Amino acid sequence: MKFRLEPEVRPVVASALALSGAVGVFALAFGVLAVGAGANVWQACALSFFTFTGASQLSAMTVIGTGGSVGGALGGALLLAGRNGVYGLALSPYFNESLGKRLLAAHFVIDETTAMMTAQTNPRLQKIAFWTTAIALFSLWNLGTLLGAVLGSAIDPYTFGLDVGFTAAYVAMLFPHLKTINGRFAAAGGALISVVLAPFVPIGLPILASGLAIFVGLRPAASSDSASTEVAQ
Amino acid sequence: MNMSWALVIWLSIGAYAFKMLGFVVVGSRKLPDVLSRCLMLIPAALLAALVFNSSFTSGQSYALDERAIGLGVAIIAAWRRLPLIVVVILGAATTAILRSFS
Repeated sequence: MKFRLEPEVRPVVASALALSGAVGVFALAFGVLAVGAGANVWQACALSFFTFTGASQLSAMTVIGTGGSVGGALGGALLLAGRNGVYGLALSPYFNESLGKRLLAAHFVIDETTAMMTAQTNPRLQKIAFWTTAIALFSLWNLGTLLGAVLGSAIDPYTFGLDVGFTAAYVAMLFPHLKTINGRFAAAGGALISVVLAPFVPIGLPILASGLAIFVGLRPAASSDSASTEVAQ
Repeated sequence: MNMSWALVIWLSIGAYAFKMLGFVVVGSRKLPDVLSRCLMLIPAALLAALVFNSSFTSGQSYALDERAIGLGVAIIAAWRRLPLIVVVILGAATTAILRSFS
């Protein structure tokens, strides 16, 4: 099959594919971890297909895996999903399509598509970046989840340290957010709240309560802060 | 184990509702700076909470075990900017090896 792309489009597509490949490998880990935390293969796949926002999916599975209730799992996971609402705000000026198309595009408003789209300089490339990333990443995220979930069904989660696999994924996702002073304060506050409350409230609730730490954002950002809080990447 | 389809369904509905809220409903109206600044700190606060809560508690009590070492290795790996999947494997493998001794 011969497939030619214009020179200015090529790097956009190439980085969308590279990013999606990396995310696909992470999906493999999500599949293994989700099954380890008690989901079956179909539940893991449904989360990746319909929820489609990695940190929320992981957070829900951590709370369930440690014995929390559905309500406890939902709280933190939904709060994490809330940031996609902020991304949506940032992206919506670029989308002047029909309502139907916007409703479809909304499902793909996540960290990666936002970062790819806002990195482009003209409207046409922005649209190409968004849709290429959305389609490639969605496909590989779901494929990776399926493979991981099937693989994960065959191993014992405790023996293989999968619970700490989750933790390690959070650590890696957390690092880019520590570049700003406010990010560091929010992280320290969140960590403190989640540990101090643990003995007193049901499992899962300390994660939700840690969201209170975002109010460190009430203090004005240092000028060097504002740029990097846009999309931590 | 409390995993259920209800969780899958509610989380999916909620996650989509948030995506749509910003993208379709609010549209290009602008949020106050201070509000979007706070909202963008959600991942920092919650990810840190997940890291510490899942490393140092067991149910509703505090615990210090192999997980802390696994966490330490993961932090070093992430700090050295290793790819996410490598950080995950190092954290899990360290814990698995320590658990095999105990």
